[in-house]
Amino acid sequence: MGSSAEFFQHLMNGMTLGGIYALIALGYTMVYGILKFINFAHGDILMVGSYIGLFTFDAIRGQTLGPWTIVAFFIAMLAGMLFSAGLGMAIERIAYKPLRKATRLAPLLSAIGVSFILSNMAAWMWGTKSRKLEYPFDNTPLHIGGVSITPHQILILIVVIVMMVSLKLFVDKSRIGKAMRATSLDQDTAKLMGIKADRIIAITFAIGSALAATAGFLIALEIKVYPSMGTMTGLKAFVAAVVGGIGNISGAMLGGILLGLLETFGVALLGIPYGLRDTIAFVALIIILLVKPEGLLGKVEKEKV
Amino acid sequence: MLNFILLILIYTGIYALMAIGQNLITGYVGLLSLTQAGFFAIGSYVTAILSVTYGIDFWVTIPLAAIVAGFFGLVIGLPTLRLKGDYLAIATLGFGEIVRNILNNWDKVTNGPMGIQRIPMISVFGVRVSPYEKWGFLVLVWLFVLVGYLLFERLAKSRIGRALEAIREDEIAASSMGINTTRYKVWAFVFGAAIAGVAGSLQAEFILSVTPGAFTFMVSIMVLCMVVLGGMGNFKAVILGAFLIQFISYFPQLVGLSNVIPPQFKQILFGLILVIMMIWRPQGILGRQKRIAPGSFFRKGGRS
Repeated sequence: MGSSAEFFQHLMNGMTLGGIYALIALGYTMVYGILKFINFAHGDILMVGSYIGLFTFDAIRGQTLGPWTIVAFFIAMLAGMLFSAGLGMAIERIAYKPLRKATRLAPLLSAIGVSFILSNMAAWMWGTKSRKLEYPFDNTPLHIGGVSITPHQILILIVVIVMMVSLKLFVDKSRIGKAMRATSLDQDTAKLMGIKADRIIAITFAIGSALAATAGFLIALEIKVYPSMGTMTGLKAFVAAVVGGIGNISGAMLGGILLGLLETFGVALLGIPYGLRDTIAFVALIIILLVKPEGLLGKVEKEKV
Repeated sequence: MLNFILLILIYTGIYALMAIGQNLITGYVGLLSLTQAGFFAIGSYVTAILSVTYGIDFWVTIPLAAIVAGFFGLVIGLPTLRLKGDYLAIATLGFGEIVRNILNNWDKVTNGPMGIQRIPMISVFGVRVSPYEKWGFLVLVWLFVLVGYLLFERLAKSRIGRALEAIREDEIAASSMGINTTRYKVWAFVFGAAIAGVAGSLQAEFILSVTPGAFTFMVSIMVLCMVVLGGMGNFKAVILGAFLIQFISYFPQLVGLSNVIPPQFKQILFGLILVIMMIWRPQGILGRQKRIAPGSFFRKGGRS
């Protein structure tokens, strides 16, 4: 394998990983943009979504691989997304909404509580053993000019790109998207203009949670599903959101991809031991907070009295 | 049965130390730190490594545990505390995971997932305080709690404590009054870390072994629950919180139902405590300590 083929190989792996981070980061950044708070339970919503997707797929896939298993895969993904969207909205309604006017600390603590409840409920109901998603189609790697690409990676990239483009179009072009941007800019003024801010916040949670469920289902395809899977993944996606500039949708996409590439190339080229791969994200977080705290695409906000 | 109650009280004491530290950071300065488990682990391992590998006496290792934990508090606090509080939660959470990651992987020093066993017991003037003699150990632990309580209570009532509360109430106003907010926040963080290091040291001596598995995120959550349940900004309240959380934690064993009640139940309960307290009683069971102006004992204290 030539060194340029090797480079493209890592690029490909990094892009798939980064795409998944980006999908999760979007949820953090959208909620932060509107409510200015970190939804700690986001990673656990992802976990629940992956479980629901996995169960649905197992229930409907049948035994033989074929066109139906691919359709079933997407149906299962949709089921996970819908469930997570509902869950995200319910959590917002029960645990965060009563705390909108409270101190800054209150919703954060409540979110940590929710995260802990979700992951332990999952461990109790579904067991701590990790589960593997059955392949929806043959996963023999394709070799293109010395680079080996698995069909799963192609699927992940397609799903990620479709999700990101449709989200970007939705936020930029649709009426609800416009209302979302208005609410994030200034909630009170948006309310005066007749925007139902509470509904917009609920929709934001629903979309963010659905994207997280998608990401979780894609992770299930590549790795595994277990009750604490959301913690580390969620943390890294949050770092991605901060790197890109929290509150900024394009920033979250950029940050996610960058983090994915950084992790892959960090292990492959810089020789960072694999066991310390998870540390890369936190070092990146600390560096970005020191050098450019507003993130790559974020705006500098002066704190006013 | 009595032995079991003593065990709960010893753990209450060890966790009360951590909760006192967490209270200074979260209750007084209003910062959300999620890494008491990390500092706890550092304290434990300092004592374990120094006493087992180098044969150093416990009484020498305990201040070192506090210093090393405090130093790590400084290292993690300096870059993150200059920024808004929310980032701190994530950075500290990450730090706790990294500590456990390193303890698991740095085989040469920490012996990996196996941990370190056969830690020598504490002796006070030649008298051995064995963890099997629960009364003695109980007194020892609670002496530490008493000293920690008095020190931190004193600290909180001093000029430093007032500065910390000013930062919590309004950081911009505080800094315009000439308070170096970053410096005070970092100090609070260092003290909070150091006392968790002491707690770790005691835990190592109580169990006589250390393993990375004992310092999960759950520990940090438990400590946070103690502060939230008792009452943020009230050191007596967080000690009460420590007792309540430990009691809940051991309740299934206490009533002999540990086979029936799955281990996740108490963790779900901790999560519920956080959510429910925030919604219905954010000040905790006892509430914040009222500040009484000096020399005006009979006048009504101002709003703290």
